[in-house]
Amino acid sequence: MDIVLQYDRLQFAVTSTFHYLFPQLTMGLALFLLYFRTRDLLSQGDHFHEAARFWTHIFALSFAFGVVTGIPLEFQFGTNWAAFSNYAGGIIGQTLAMEGVFAFFLESSFLGVLLFGEARCSRRVLWLASAMLFAGAWLSGYFILATNAWMQHPVAYRVLDNGHVTVESLTDLLTNPWLFWQFTHNMTAAVVTGSFVMAAVGALYLLAGRHLAQARTYVRTGVVTGALASVLLITPTGHESARQVFEYQPIKGAAFEGLFRSERGADIVLIGQPNLETMTIDNPLVVPSALSLLVYYDLYAKVKGLDAFPRHDWPDHIALLYFSYHIMIGLGTWLVLVMGLAVLWLWRDRLFRAGWLLWLLLLSAPLPYIATTAGWMTAELGRQPWLVYGLFRTAEGISPLVHSGNALFTLLGFLGIYLALGLLFVLLVVELLRRGPAEALPVAEQPGR
Amino acid sequence: METFWYMALTLALTMYVVLDGYDFGVAMLFPFVTAEDERRMLRATIGPVWTGNEVWLIAASALLFLSFPKAYAAGFSGFYLGLIMLLWLLMGRGLAFELRGHVEHVLWRRFWDSIFFGASLSLALLIGLFAGNVIRGLPLNAEGYFFLPLWTDFRPGLSPGILDWFTLLTGLLMVVLLASHGASFLAMKTAGPLQAKARALSGAALIPTVLLLAAFVFALPYVRPTFWSGFAVRPIGYVWPLAGLAAMVMLFINHARHNQGAAFGWSSLLVASFVAMLSWGTYPNLLIATDDQAHSVTIDNASAGKDGLQAALWWLPPGLAVVVLYQILIHRMFSGPVTPDSSPAGHH
Ligand code: HDD
Ligand code: HEM
Ligand code: HEM
Repeated sequence: MDIVLQYDRLQFAVTSTFHYLFPQLTMGLALFLLYFRTRDLLSQGDHFHEAARFWTHIFALSFAFGVVTGIPLEFQFGTNWAAFSNYAGGIIGQTLAMEGVFAFFLESSFLGVLLFGEARCSRRVLWLASAMLFAGAWLSGYFILATNAWMQHPVAYRVLDNGHVTVESLTDLLTNPWLFWQFTHNMTAAVVTGSFVMAAVGALYLLAGRHLAQARTYVRTGVVTGALASVLLITPTGHESARQVFEYQPIKGAAFEGLFRSERGADIVLIGQPNLETMTIDNPLVVPSALSLLVYYDLYAKVKGLDAFPRHDWPDHIALLYFSYHIMIGLGTWLVLVMGLAVLWLWRDRLFRAGWLLWLLLLSAPLPYIATTAGWMTAELGRQPWLVYGLFRTAEGISPLVHSGNALFTLLGFLGIYLALGLLFVLLVVELLRRGPAEALPVAEQPGR
Repeated sequence: METFWYMALTLALTMYVVLDGYDFGVAMLFPFVTAEDERRMLRATIGPVWTGNEVWLIAASALLFLSFPKAYAAGFSGFYLGLIMLLWLLMGRGLAFELRGHVEHVLWRRFWDSIFFGASLSLALLIGLFAGNVIRGLPLNAEGYFFLPLWTDFRPGLSPGILDWFTLLTGLLMVVLLASHGASFLAMKTAGPLQAKARALSGAALIPTVLLLAAFVFALPYVRPTFWSGFAVRPIGYVWPLAGLAAMVMLFINHARHNQGAAFGWSSLLVASFVAMLSWGTYPNLLIATDDQAHSVTIDNASAGKDGLQAALWWLPPGLAVVVLYQILIHRMFSGPVTPDSSPAGHH
């Protein structure tokens, strides 16, 4: 295959995966910030005020990284995917521009108020700003997912004389049937990320014996929300997402389940490696007929396997796709277990003293990040070889005159920069945590000052 | 219809250059302001607003994507290396601003200050370079695509690079124009000795701005002979150069009278009318072909199609109106000079 295409794909994969590490936290934390500001408005004393301030700083850090890594994505549609942009600009330009106008402005403008307005503004104004921040973050998720949903399941378009597409109905574009479960599943996942981070920070302070009052609030808020959201993540949202894939993109479904042959009463593979030589799963551990049951609510329903489709329509990284999907599912189960235990212990009033469980919460913080990354790899690898499912192939989408040397150069550049940025982010989070909520930051040196 | 979108695009771009322009300008003054507390005030003037300003760039590029996908595709892929550099610089600028306060060490701060300064300067230069390239024209092929190397022989001829003497001139012009714009912003937002410094700097930056502007206008007909014909056809366009001239005069007067608020207003008009003038002279082209005019990407052959443009009319004007409204509110919330003892959050 064309080497430029590989570089372009890899560059998009690297930059979007890296970008998404940050917005998932900000979208999740936006909810908690709103909650803390609301409690602050309703209660006496400084407890929730302090919590809100502390988490605003963590939010701001993640936001800054989200912004700087987001802009390259927007530009890459033009720089690396010019033919695709030319073809589909009439549609995805629409949702991307809406995201800019309705979401990014909101979020960016009001974060400034939260960070710089502490002394100038009343609690009400700060509350309002955090509500705007929440609206901006979630709207931005909505519009970008509307863009992606159209690429997964194109609707509401009309083909022009020059072969390009334009939007036929904005309402249909924004209410794409694919979007409903994608949005609910993805945003629930963001809440899970936020909950795990919140609980882990609380657990860290409890274990270290610092900021105890704040820490209890963080753990309690994180654990209760996290337990609820982790369950919602599996069912209904995850389950329905998978059913939707089998309905609209059956090849993707067959590939991520590792179903090589069509079967009645198809099994679900829990563990096992796909073998592309023999077209079987090596050393499988299966639940008999479960796939048919879960997808069609019928133990004997026929599920189409990869053999039902022409080879040139298969996704090109079947093994990776299969593993990504199974990692997401496996972690999903684990997250429910962890949060379930924590809620139980919280309820029996033992959580704050259960060192092992606090350690478990602390060490689980990276897992939602891994699960969301795996989830996106499932969605995006499984969409191959299409850039717009069923309409436009990925290979047709690249910029015609950008040569491989240039694409490789920028890919390596992004890799280097992102490596440095990742290290920097971790370092700065550690620094923020070390200072803790009470001191927050020496005031004159707050971020952005 | 297409003309309306061309105007919307010009508007978003103008907003970007005027608003983020003063952010760049303020950052470019860093070498002249060395005391730590003065630098803090300098950053405090743009702190609450710069991200909101930067979004205008995203909005402008998304509007181009939405309305003229072919121009977006050809332009962005053609300037590939230049644009990726722009991205990396924007990353550096944003991070420098957000991160410098996180670690209390003089080396850490100095490091980010230099990035902040260097990235802002280079960004202003790059934006000027792109503007220069679009005006000079590009070697478009029959599909409307091109690919520009960074430089060839520095002549704006048939096989130009991103850098040649004309685009360099535009780039430098943008640098001094925005530096002077930033200095007037700073003079408006500060008081005391820092304000005096800012005033002196804005006065000093005005002279090279005028000289380079004159050189640019002089060179324009040689590099792009058709530039003024658009004005001849639609003479109303002359309001832009005239407004620019008026703004320049008023800027001088208000500067001399220590009327900093008004001076910044006129400086904004100067920047805005400069962008608007360039846009007027390019219309109806989005990308001009140097060899075969038929290859030019125009608002007609790049249009996204009636339905899409019609549909976007429903949400774009009200959406942008709301944005402008709350951006004004926020600018007012943080209006008034910052001083060492009333830094924005009221802390020390
Ligand atoms: C904490 C993260 C997390 C966890 C535990 C799960 N998911 Fe997930 N999943 C995501 C985070 C995620 C995601 C990152 O949010 C994705 C990527 C694309 C999207 O919209 O959401 C996603 C996509 C995604 C897709 C692909 C949709 C497509 O192809 O476009 C399916 C089928 C599922 N999920 C199903 C599940 C099931 C059945 C789970 C049960 C355990 C599950 N997910 C747990
Ligand atoms: C933030 C979460 C996302 C992640 C982690 C992600 C991941 C990926 C990956 C792994 C690829 C490479 C696929 C391959 O090479 O086989 C890819 C490609 C791509 N994705 Fe995404 N994606 C995300 C969101 C989106 C969204 C929201 C859009 C649409 C707006 C999008 C548009 C694209 C495009 C245009 C490509 C390149 C063409 C292609 O390879 O299909 N992605 N992405
Ligand atoms: C691959 C397609 C994507 C593109 C082109 C993209 C583009 C951008 C851009 C340009 C920004 C900076 C906005 C600013 O200056 O305020 C940004 C930030 C953001 N993005 Fe993305 N993004 C993509 C994927 C995603 C996904 C999949 C999500 C979540 C569902 C997401 C959610 C956000 C959020 C919430 C922000 C605000 C900044 C933050 O909270 O960190 N983005 N994105």
